[in-house]
Amino acid sequence: MAQRVFSVILWPGLITAALVAALSFGTLGAVALRAESFSALSRFDWMAVRFTVVQALLSAALSILFAIPAARALARRSFPGRGLLITLLGAPFILPTIVAILGLTAVFGNAGFVSVALSWAGLEPISIYGFHGVVLAHVFFNLPLATRLLLQGWGAIPAERFRLASSLHFGPRDIFRHLELPMLKEIVPGAFTVIFLICTTSFAIALTFGGGPKATTVELAIYEAFRYDFNLGKASLLALIQVAICAVAAAASLKFRVPQMGSGGLHRVVQRFDARNTSARALDMLWVGLISVFLLTPLLAIALRGAPGLLDLPASVWSAALRSILTAIGSAFLAIFMSLALALSALRFRSLEIIGMSSIAASPLVMGTGLYIVLFAVTDPADWALPITALVNAVMSMPFILRALGPALSGAERDYGRLSDSLGLTGFSRVRLVLFPRLRVPMGFSAGLAAALSMGDLGVIALFARPEAATLPLQIYRLMGSYRMDQAMGAALLLLGLSLALFYIFDLWGRRRA
Amino acid sequence: MLELRSIRLTQGNFTLSGDFSIPDGARVAIIGPSGAGKSTLLSLIGGFEAPDAGAMLWDTKDVTQALPHERPISHLFQDNNLFAHMTAAQNVGLGIKPSLRLSKAEQERVSEALSAVGLTGMEVRRPAELSGGQQSRVALARVLVQEKPLILLDEPFSALGPAMRGEMIGLAKEVSEKLGATMLMVTHDIADVDRFADLVIWIEDGQCQPPRDWAEMKADPPEGLKAYIGT
Repeated sequence: MAQRVFSVILWPGLITAALVAALSFGTLGAVALRAESFSALSRFDWMAVRFTVVQALLSAALSILFAIPAARALARRSFPGRGLLITLLGAPFILPTIVAILGLTAVFGNAGFVSVALSWAGLEPISIYGFHGVVLAHVFFNLPLATRLLLQGWGAIPAERFRLASSLHFGPRDIFRHLELPMLKEIVPGAFTVIFLICTTSFAIALTFGGGPKATTVELAIYEAFRYDFNLGKASLLALIQVAICAVAAAASLKFRVPQMGSGGLHRVVQRFDARNTSARALDMLWVGLISVFLLTPLLAIALRGAPGLLDLPASVWSAALRSILTAIGSAFLAIFMSLALALSALRFRSLEIIGMSSIAASPLVMGTGLYIVLFAVTDPADWALPITALVNAVMSMPFILRALGPALSGAERDYGRLSDSLGLTGFSRVRLVLFPRLRVPMGFSAGLAAALSMGDLGVIALFARPEAATLPLQIYRLMGSYRMDQAMGAALLLLGLSLALFYIFDLWGRRRA
Repeated sequence: MLELRSIRLTQGNFTLSGDFSIPDGARVAIIGPSGAGKSTLLSLIGGFEAPDAGAMLWDTKDVTQALPHERPISHLFQDNNLFAHMTAAQNVGLGIKPSLRLSKAEQERVSEALSAVGLTGMEVRRPAELSGGQQSRVALARVLVQEKPLILLDEPFSALGPAMRGEMIGLAKEVSEKLGATMLMVTHDIADVDRFADLVIWIEDGQCQPPRDWAEMKADPPEGLKAYIGT
């Protein structure tokens, strides 16, 4: 069998693949070596396993349940601000978790708007801590994702089908049965699995809203075994359990078609002849209103409560912000370099792409645990807090970057591969003169994504950092812990601004002159 | 002289085979039904596909294993002959140095080549600002500066109208004469063949016939060619 001749550089991609594999699976080895026997697990640890699974199942189910009417409303209504709302649905992806947590606290917390309103009505204030707080935060993050995925599903139903349905005089129930239900059956299992996975590895939410014997996730138990008992054996064992949970979910996701997060089909409104009556319209607008309020209120609360304190933030916040920015930029460059190298080599060896994607099912906290154990053997891991944070976050953002860069890269090779080969444009010249200009737009977007993700990290850094060398999210968490809520809100607003600014600057760089 | 010695390339259940040589400076048309292997033959000669058996020689030197840019060949592909993000001058300059770090004299050569194809003063235009015919001219200007003794054209002008295509084939012919280069062109239009070819390679079901004189072949066409032309 003849083979197409390739003249792209292979070795950086092979090194990257080895590095990613070492981080995803090798750290697991380090963890496995340190793990104690299962008898070391207490009753509380098993409760953590149960809690992790139950809250993730419920969070995924609720996210999808609310997303269905919301996505249907968005799919069949056009109204002013629709595009903006759809863009906003993508925002939680780059929103630092700690910011959302503070926003939710400001609305639903003990002293939040909702509790204040309840006490006026003479009712007990609600608490955001514990099981329902964790679920609430997970729904806040994943309802938008579920809505976008389902909206794409609706957009993928050909408009002709709806025309046919109307000519056959289908009622809303028939449309649901014959058009919408088959689409949902295809999309929901994959979306559910992805959200379940996200909810088992969202350490920051469990750290802030969870805790105690009744609301501890496996990741939180790892952190506590580390931080409070410095029991590496137990932490390692818990890490293995976390990996098992992720592996089961990831295996399930292979079975289902996992929906791709793209921008296709989001902006088309399908003309629906069945939904012209007033009650359907009112119901749709109600859902659009509910989802907007649910998403916007916590962010508005941050802006309102954070703005006054923005100017007199303690110096520790500013130095933490600087550390965060440097880490985020480093992480973005690392992520782009590794993704590009891997994607180039994946043109030749397709299986490399799977390695790059593998971190989607990995827990950053487990990766951190493994790296800690390895580094602990040779040096003080705390010295490496920032580079490790940058590296782990770069690897965690690779699946999303590869999804953006991969198609653009194969496109560039398809269009220009032969021409470049014939002109002797190989190696670095090829990257500089052909691929960079062609990939600029997805590269800018991806770098922004990676920077924002790393900027908001509150996982690995919590394992590694010394108290005096915190990043901004960690510093905010500490301010929260010492009940300095106004300063925490101010710092959260700063973090939100910085994350969005970093994303915007990188994305703008990509689109400039494009 | 370009020589293909018992060359064979298998892709799935398609096999291309040929054994022939082409004299220096010849203008050769490659014709045959679609799917017969015309473009595959060009890919093989260009070094984008490696043969399973046989050898390719240029001036008695074995180049079977050479990478595309190490071969004495310049290309005009069906499309994407120009990088959309580069200016006309940069696109031509790539033919001199892929790093695009050109000396003053080399930049002048680029401008001369652009003038030679009728694009005086269009150095800084990008492909999007050029017409289809002008884009073809830029690609031909690059062939001119590449100064390779063998030019492969894979239906490069098929997106152009008939009159413009005739003009471009004329220009390509001029370029090859100026360089004294051998020219191989895949086409499916007999009028194109009449316009420029002295030799023709007929391909059917992956079998490459050795090149024959076009006038002679027209007088005594193989069965497949008769059906192809429809006479």
